[in-house]
Amino acid sequence: MFRRNFEDELNDLHVRFSEMGMMVNEAIYKSVNAFINHDKTLAKEVIEADERINQREVDLEKRSFEMIALQQPVTGDLRMIVTVMKASSDLERMGDHAVSIAKSTIRVKGNVRVPEIEQVLAEMSTKVKQMVEEILDAYVKADMKRAKEIAAEDKNVDAYSDRIYKMCLSQMQENPDTIVGSMDYMLVDSYLERIGDYVTNICEWIIYLETGKLVELNSNVEEDNIF
Amino acid sequence: MAEPKEMITVQDLHLYYGQQEALRGVTIDFHRNEITAVIGPSGCGKSSLLKTINRLNDLVPDVTVTGTVKLNGQDIYAPNMDAVALRKEVGMLFQQPNPFPFSIYDNVIYGLRISGEKRKNVLDEAVERSLKAAAIWDEVKDRLHDNAMSLSGGQQQRICIARVLATQPKVILMDEPTSALDPISSSEIERTMLKLKDDYSIVIVTRNMQQASRISDRTAFFLAGELIEDGPTRDIFMQPQKKETEDYISGRFG
Repeated sequence: MFRRNFEDELNDLHVRFSEMGMMVNEAIYKSVNAFINHDKTLAKEVIEADERINQREVDLEKRSFEMIALQQPVTGDLRMIVTVMKASSDLERMGDHAVSIAKSTIRVKGNVRVPEIEQVLAEMSTKVKQMVEEILDAYVKADMKRAKEIAAEDKNVDAYSDRIYKMCLSQMQENPDTIVGSMDYMLVDSYLERIGDYVTNICEWIIYLETGKLVELNSNVEEDNIF
Repeated sequence: MAEPKEMITVQDLHLYYGQQEALRGVTIDFHRNEITAVIGPSGCGKSSLLKTINRLNDLVPDVTVTGTVKLNGQDIYAPNMDAVALRKEVGMLFQQPNPFPFSIYDNVIYGLRISGEKRKNVLDEAVERSLKAAAIWDEVKDRLHDNAMSLSGGQQQRICIARVLATQPKVILMDEPTSALDPISSSEIERTMLKLKDDYSIVIVTRNMQQASRISDRTAFFLAGELIEDGPTRDIFMQPQKKETEDYISGRFG
């Protein structure tokens, strides 16, 4: 076992965290594609790949613990490690939601489809994917200003969610055959909405990394008022 | 054939100062190209162990050593072992930087000169190589003939490292090499050590637990002349097997 210096280890932690972010982003993208295209093979792929995401979280946690125990980091270095530990657990949860979307795809059997709702879900997932990509970039650059802007974008995701909810309700009222399918749409919608919330969490961690302050962006009070 | 990973093997080592037993049957290996930190409270035998590895205890009256210490498979307490030759292989660095009161250049080549080396090109080459390896070349290359005592504590200690390296040892023993230095000089020494382990095996006795955890590959914990536990540093600092180790590392000792 060869020890390397702290900077190299920290850099490695960054790289591995960013890789995890890309894995999660891919899972989200594939899971929504699988759902919209009724592609069960792709959905299974997402479910299988989740194991790697989970392992990566455990690996990052283990490395972080070791760095804290062996290097006794302080100030910015310590915040950096805490940020990776906290944000990687947010990423892991995002991956779990992608799995839930993939599972909804597999469950679907001959539902009556509503193309208009699927269209909005596709737009919503594109927005979420874009936010995930942006937050990873902001993390790498430790860009606090950008993090705040990305968190503000979550209201667009919430607006999509609101729209889908209403569309589903009216579909169910108009055509009871779409009830089962619409329930699935609402589920996928809520998973995507939650992923947006986890992006906001990571925004908060980037602010913590830079300032040492724990802030609450997009408080639930505002979010609850949408409905 | 690949070299065995053990550079030094210590078997059932007992050391007595008169009637008093300072090491009570220590068995431990020190690996090639690794830094091993030896930790433990005062009087636990860690410095005594270090001194047995290059036979510095030979100079202490009334010392008895039993058991074996092998360097590269060779018994260093064998009757045919030359202690001076041994100390060329096993260099030592002390707590207080102890440059000799002459020039930087003469300090570095001291070991070579007493072993009879006179060729200027060989000595020049050794000075540059050793000072570079000790990460102090850039700071002193324009004043090699200044008195080494005029340097700062951290620089003096790195000159001492260069002096050790000049004889091309296999092992460097360090007895609390940074405890007399300020934090910046200490971190320079630590950085130098991390570089040196590519070519040397290092054993460092330290009372600074953070230092042990930061730079060592393996850690050995001693208590009252006994080796309580040794292993990879991350295991010793994250999950030691013995309660005594955990108590000491967590600062709950005594």
